[in-house]
Amino acid sequence: MHDKTLSELAAALTAGEFTSRELTEHQLARIARLDGEINSFITVTPEQALTAADAADAARAKGQAGPLTGLPLAIKDLFCTQGVLTTAGSKMLGNFVSPYDASVVEKLKAAGMVSLGKTNMDEFAMGSSNENSAFGPVKNPWEAGAVPGGSSGGSAAAVAAGLAPAALGTDTGGSIRQPAAFCGITGLKPTYGRVSRYGIIAYASSLDQAGPMARTAKDCALLLNAIAGPDPRDSTCVARGVPDYTEELDAPLSGLKIGLPREYFGDGLDPDVEAAVREAVKVYESLGATVREVSLPHTHYAIPAYYVIAPAEASSNLSRYDGVRFGHRCQAPGDLIDLYKRSRAEGFGAEVQRRILIGTHTLSEGFFDAYYTKAQQVRRLIRQDFLDAFEEVDVLMGPASPTPAFDLGANNDPVSMYLQDIYTIAVNLAGIPGISVPAGFVGKRPVGLQILGTHFAETRLLNVAHQFQQATDWHLRRPALAEETT
Amino acid sequence: MALEHADVLRAAHLARLGLSDEDAAHYLDDLGRILEMVDQLQALDTEGVAPLAHPLDATQRLRADEVTETDQRDRFQRCAPAVEQGLYLVPRVVE
Repeated sequence: MHDKTLSELAAALTAGEFTSRELTEHQLARIARLDGEINSFITVTPEQALTAADAADAARAKGQAGPLTGLPLAIKDLFCTQGVLTTAGSKMLGNFVSPYDASVVEKLKAAGMVSLGKTNMDEFAMGSSNENSAFGPVKNPWEAGAVPGGSSGGSAAAVAAGLAPAALGTDTGGSIRQPAAFCGITGLKPTYGRVSRYGIIAYASSLDQAGPMARTAKDCALLLNAIAGPDPRDSTCVARGVPDYTEELDAPLSGLKIGLPREYFGDGLDPDVEAAVREAVKVYESLGATVREVSLPHTHYAIPAYYVIAPAEASSNLSRYDGVRFGHRCQAPGDLIDLYKRSRAEGFGAEVQRRILIGTHTLSEGFFDAYYTKAQQVRRLIRQDFLDAFEEVDVLMGPASPTPAFDLGANNDPVSMYLQDIYTIAVNLAGIPGISVPAGFVGKRPVGLQILGTHFAETRLLNVAHQFQQATDWHLRRPALAEETT
Repeated sequence: MALEHADVLRAAHLARLGLSDEDAAHYLDDLGRILEMVDQLQALDTEGVAPLAHPLDATQRLRADEVTETDQRDRFQRCAPAVEQGLYLVPRVVE
């Protein structure tokens, strides 16, 4: 069962080939058997999952099943889940059982989906390798010595290993697309404001966005149908209707105008990754697309701008962890300041502390204009680069990451780790959608093709990604441990 | 804009992060290199460019001034480290 896509599983449930309970038991058994090594889950919730599966089977028996009823899913541990441990990968929230559900979780439950548990991640979504988790690193299912990417590394690894047919992730600077690329799955970061952020533990509020991670673009479209849309509880969630994202999947690509940003094919790009991406672009040409080079001239400034804006927002968002209302509290505080300072120093890991310190410094008196205002000005220029490019072409294509998955422990220096996100980070600054699709391998390690569109072009992106998956079979390749029959 | 040891301790205090002198020394090198990378922004002329705070230039939406939340204090205090009679307990603040 775990070799099927979400849409194939939906068809099998409808045809009565097996029940949601049987499917859920199968996935839980795989997690129990295989995840000790991979470490993709922080919390597995078998009881809740089986209860939800039984409810889904009962709904189906009454003729009340929707397109997602009874399908299992893994949820990044950044989404609040009522009555279930919600850690954000941090010791700070190591004891936090959420009293409420995130809007997205509420919607997927209402659609009848079955949550298998909560997936591992870089602490507070800060990282590109999943090595910043307080619950240990995640192994890439393709090769145990490689990272799965981050910050949604657990979600990507769980899907790649066949532990869950789909997962929820979040993406602030590449955290859906880069782990999707490293693990050989499909991951979509929607337009900023397309999906509600209510109940998602905040990292950088003007950049954070939730999205689906699955095997195919079609599966991502099914999930986006369920999670997109306005939410009165998130004022940044856009009041705009939700189309059926599956409707245009089969539209032909003849006449599609593809732009290749020359800055995405420069120094630092692994030649084998480049070869795979250029091969993928040729597939599009064979499908009737035309290709031209474009320029995103401010690309070089995206990482510096991001490392002002994201830490500034993070330092503000993370001020809520005070050891008073929830989360970790230090032993025997002497006074209130001591309580705050020790609770926070003990609860946050090193990368989170670095970003809080950078954000606090750049926002402080005497530095604000030079850093924060400047970065916001650059942010406008970066967005304008994309808007100008989309005047000329329909979509942009390039690598999701300059290299395939790197080795665990290979990027110990924070700045060299930050530079890994060169092709994904500008997308969040601009607020546009992006998707990573499997497009080949370097040795055993997958390569991701990143496709970008203008604001609210998700329908187009999913169509373009789906057509590639009709013409290639990279998305069907499985690591050895996912090819076992049980 | 080079970062100094005192800047790290100042930021740590403002962020209520309890760092020892040794912790601050340990972070100084990393933070210095991050700021050095960030300083590339200064090379770019942004004269007359309006800062962008929200990728869609959206402004805050308004809603009717109606009560939509009910009192759920007991439920929300269940995840607090220390409460008594509906109050959060902290070390004595006023002598």
